[in-house]
Amino acid sequence: MTDAPKAKKQIVPKKNEMPAQDPVERSRNFNEVATGYSPETAKAEAARCLQCKNEPCRQGCPVEVDIPAFLKLAAEGDFDGAIAKIKEKNALPAVCGRVCPQESQCEKYCTLGKKHDPVGIGRVERFCADRELAGGVKVPGVAAPTGFKVAVVGSGPAGLTCAADLAKLGHKVTVFEALHVAGGVLMYGIPEFRLPKAVVQGEVENLKKLGVDIEVNSVVGKFATVDELMEGGGFDAVFIGTGAGLPYFMNIPGENLCGVYSANEFLTRTNLMKAYLFPNWDTPIKVGRKVAVLGGGNVAMDAARTALRLGAEESWIVYRRSDKELPARHEEVEHAHEEGVKFALLTSPTKIMGDENGVVQSMECLKYELGEPDASGRRSPVPIAGSEYVMDIDTVVVAIGQGPNPLVPRTTKGLEVNRKGNIVASTETGATSKPGVYAGGDVVTGAATVILAMGAGKVGARSIHDYLTAKKA
Amino acid sequence: MYKILEKEVFSPIIKLMVIDAPKVAKSCKAGQFIILRINDEGERIPLTIADYDREKGTITIVYQEVGKSTEQLGALEAGDYIKDFVGPLGEASHIEKFGTVLVVGGGVGIAPVHPIARSLKEAGNHVIGVIGSRTKELMFWEDKMREACSELHVTTDDGTYVRKGFVTDVMKEIIEARGKENINLVIAIGPQPMMRACSNLTKEYGLKTIVSLNALMVDGTGMCGCCRVSVGGKTKFVCVDGPEFDAHEVDWLELGRRGAYFRDQEQAAREKAKEKHTCQCGCGGGR
Repeated sequence: MTDAPKAKKQIVPKKNEMPAQDPVERSRNFNEVATGYSPETAKAEAARCLQCKNEPCRQGCPVEVDIPAFLKLAAEGDFDGAIAKIKEKNALPAVCGRVCPQESQCEKYCTLGKKHDPVGIGRVERFCADRELAGGVKVPGVAAPTGFKVAVVGSGPAGLTCAADLAKLGHKVTVFEALHVAGGVLMYGIPEFRLPKAVVQGEVENLKKLGVDIEVNSVVGKFATVDELMEGGGFDAVFIGTGAGLPYFMNIPGENLCGVYSANEFLTRTNLMKAYLFPNWDTPIKVGRKVAVLGGGNVAMDAARTALRLGAEESWIVYRRSDKELPARHEEVEHAHEEGVKFALLTSPTKIMGDENGVVQSMECLKYELGEPDASGRRSPVPIAGSEYVMDIDTVVVAIGQGPNPLVPRTTKGLEVNRKGNIVASTETGATSKPGVYAGGDVVTGAATVILAMGAGKVGARSIHDYLTAKKA
Repeated sequence: MYKILEKEVFSPIIKLMVIDAPKVAKSCKAGQFIILRINDEGERIPLTIADYDREKGTITIVYQEVGKSTEQLGALEAGDYIKDFVGPLGEASHIEKFGTVLVVGGGVGIAPVHPIARSLKEAGNHVIGVIGSRTKELMFWEDKMREACSELHVTTDDGTYVRKGFVTDVMKEIIEARGKENINLVIAIGPQPMMRACSNLTKEYGLKTIVSLNALMVDGTGMCGCCRVSVGGKTKFVCVDGPEFDAHEVDWLELGRRGAYFRDQEQAAREKAKEKHTCQCGCGGGR
């Protein structure tokens, strides 16, 4: 038999639409916005992949997923095969399929995307992962025990990824989490309507099946220091992935008034503590009628959209540059617009004013115009003299960024940190100034994305494995 | 899950529990706090550590029932479990040989001040204890405090026990009698109005005073900033920078206002819980 001549692949120019809840309806509930592909759509979308030789999409994936291979399997309807292929590299596919900025990663480099829509790689990934979570997860093979013990500090995306990779290599991993559930920012930060908490817990359960121990309610730096874990705790290496758990404030007058929240507090009350179910759940939150969210990143969009769902009549993004400079993902900005979030652009607050009880009442803002590009390449905002105006407001959410949580750096001897307090660690290896201690994710880079943290977790796991292997020899 | 090993009822609203929490007991120090959550729906409740036993692996907490969650906690018994218990959190008290230290506990604040008094005495200080409560029924741990301090003064606001007067009245007498130069440090823990009154008094004498603040908190690890308070004009987080601060630097008005922000919601939740309690077990809500 001779090979049939290779048929030229039929090009499908448009990405299959992601089904989603109606914007008006969803802006008042916490159910997931995007409802996910059907098997048929997932298959059809995967089949759009050209299976091109040079596989440019793969360079865009921080966790090195073999994208063409899993799409091929999905296109054939072999979703079990597809998810197994993804999970060779990615321990949290249901999370990544939802919150990765694919447009600036894998899909950015997609060959099809040069002339048409790129393949909806994230959407197919999400379908495969959800299907597996719903139907029961197959535990991937784990190497024979090495006898080494590794402590992972923090159970966010960096820590969970590092733990999964190390466990697969046969190391005994214990993850220490400060809060009462595992998941870090995936649980406290990213809202339910973008990343359902049941999905996160599903992924966490999968990790446990790999033999990873997760100890919640365990604040490293408090119940034990990193040094104590290594000396008395019997851990051979430590990975620190404690994230960007320190909220920044504007340092303007009135920021400690009642009704001013950091985005971390606003989102933690809502997501982790489920304040939207108060009083059936015990943690309260107040939003009032009109909310101003300061900042223009993904966290700001999450907070502004959350405010609407909590019952605010008006939710404003207050950002000092123009819409072109908004650091949030385009899709998030679009969703916010659709849901009715309002934008006060080229605007920045100068002070917050309160009533006789110290509760926020209004905010004075200054208008800006764009000047010359700054070091980041973005045009820097210049205040317009005399443009002050007052915005009546009930709640302010400060979402201008987060720094590294100081608990571990403060209590770990010999751990080098930079001026901002971030742990100094090699990008290539995750190695810190302290032997046997590795770090990655936001605690090293400052607040970034879930997938970059996962990439750093992966790098850390590889280096720890090399370190332990060398130790054995 | 964390087991309640012992429960002691000091008064209808002040209760003690000994919790099985070896991880916390191993490393905690005087002045630090824990956060507990009763069940899956529960809020995170910060409580200063009242005592610990490293060998038994236990932590003692004393709390006053002030809302739905603490009432729910108060309804639990020895042998029951609570969902989450994390700590030690916050910075430990600064303990060294200061000389003579005036240690003041008001109301439920007698509990957290106890291990501090004990540590100070162990460090070689002359510890003058003052404990006060609103009325006799709410007084507890007089014996433990007597042991922890070099001398102890007891008072009640209404005069139903030992003597009548606020802790500040007793403090003033002690400072006047001994001379302010013979007191090296004051530590005061209790309800905010009491700590504020102590602070105002010692400020007049120029006596350095440390207070342990009880701000609203969520995570307790410096992540959310809910517990921020202005101290000396700078914003501090009670959970990681405190809970102890220089009393004379604290913005008490701001602290009080921030602490009261959710009061209407807390009240509503409490009422609702009581209603539910009445109809479910038929005890008439009397518990």
